[in-house]
Amino acid sequence: MSSYLRLIGFGPTGWGEQLLLAALMTLSVSAAAYVTGLVFGTLGAWGKLSGSVAARRTAEFYTTVVRGIPELLVIYLFYFGGSQGLTGLARLLGQSGFWGLNAFMVGTLAVGIVAGAYQTEVLRAAYLAVPAGEIEAARAVGMGRLLMLRRILFPRVLRFALPGMGNVWQQVLKESALISVTGLAEILREIHIGAGSTDRPFDFYITGFMLYLLLTTFSGFVFRGAEGWSLKGERQVVGMRA
Amino acid sequence: MLFLADTMVKLLAGVPLTLELTFISVEMGAVLAVLLAVLRASVGVGALFVRFYVFALRGTPLLLQIFLIYYGLGQFAFVRHGLLWPFLRQPFWCAILALTLNTAAYGSEIIRGGLQSVPPGAVEAARVSGMSGVLLYRRIILPLAIRQALPAYGNELVAMVKATSLASIVTLMEISGIAYAIISETYRALEVFICAGALYLLINFLLSRAVAALETWLTPHLRQARV
Repeated sequence: MSSYLRLIGFGPTGWGEQLLLAALMTLSVSAAAYVTGLVFGTLGAWGKLSGSVAARRTAEFYTTVVRGIPELLVIYLFYFGGSQGLTGLARLLGQSGFWGLNAFMVGTLAVGIVAGAYQTEVLRAAYLAVPAGEIEAARAVGMGRLLMLRRILFPRVLRFALPGMGNVWQQVLKESALISVTGLAEILREIHIGAGSTDRPFDFYITGFMLYLLLTTFSGFVFRGAEGWSLKGERQVVGMRA
Repeated sequence: MLFLADTMVKLLAGVPLTLELTFISVEMGAVLAVLLAVLRASVGVGALFVRFYVFALRGTPLLLQIFLIYYGLGQFAFVRHGLLWPFLRQPFWCAILALTLNTAAYGSEIIRGGLQSVPPGAVEAARVSGMSGVLLYRRIILPLAIRQALPAYGNELVAMVKATSLASIVTLMEISGIAYAIISETYRALEVFICAGALYLLINFLLSRAVAALETWLTPHLRQARV
């Protein structure tokens, strides 16, 4: 046990510092991917709900394709294809040399776009859950589009979407592990390096296991707290509160 | 165009392995999932164990689970000298084991939802007519629960097809593994992505169609009457 603590801890021979930094990297790349996903999800939901056939078709295509293809392939597309595209673009602009996306940007974009497809469905369903009467009432008292969006739609959609948004976050957190294939120093990457450079791979992997469990459990609590907070104004049956 | 056709032919060679990984782990995973769900419905240590199992496997990335089994277990001498070592040293069986344990965790929750949806009246009626134990499960509870759980299980199936791509990271040459090899040889990521993506989409499309057909077959009472 004490030799395990020496290996994982913060001592001179310990990996504690690297693992802590790696956990921060996992959190930051997940956060960046989640925000990207929110942007794509909002656009997707807007497309699916819009009256324009072209927008609806595009959004439909986006969610169908992205949800049917392994995330790993999407990461490869951005990792290898990003440099392919950018180098080509640089040639056109008269630049030479090799251009590419860095691992953090690849991860953010790839995981974000995948998360956006799931977020699209979450936000679409949440929008449809807002009672039509509330929107009519807002119109009846003379609210303009923007004011109604800010005062009525945004808070209502957020409240209905929160549970689903929590699920997407958990998914992003777990998928961020795949970015390790690009060499980004997040948890799985550091764990893998540690496991490969000592004769105790199991100790490292089980540590990574616990780190991820810690992150998912903790963020589960945060989202449940947010859900409870968002239900403050709801009439509810006893015991329904999250 | 020639490159696309050439790539497609190379990728097609990976389809059998992708399907093999999917079906072996989904079948074993489904059996384990039913056992876990029934255990979860019981009282006592078993239910507690299942809760922890589901919590641990759903809260961590699958890739880490694969690494833990493939690279991690070899640390222990008793594993290396054990009976299962001929299996555990092969990436194929490690991937199968990780995928099975993972899908069993998600599947058990889906089946649990199905079990909870069985109307108490149906169980009571069965008990009144003298059924109990295994017969009750086989004739009443499981058919109703499976019918309810089927759509969600279809989603899990699609997720598993996608998850098999991770086996390529432990050197298995299924569709994604071959795709990676072609990309790193030619650096034509977009073309390879389109071909491999199309294959996965086709597999997932056919699978979800099959599940939908099975669902229609299992719910004759919900079908529209022919006019």
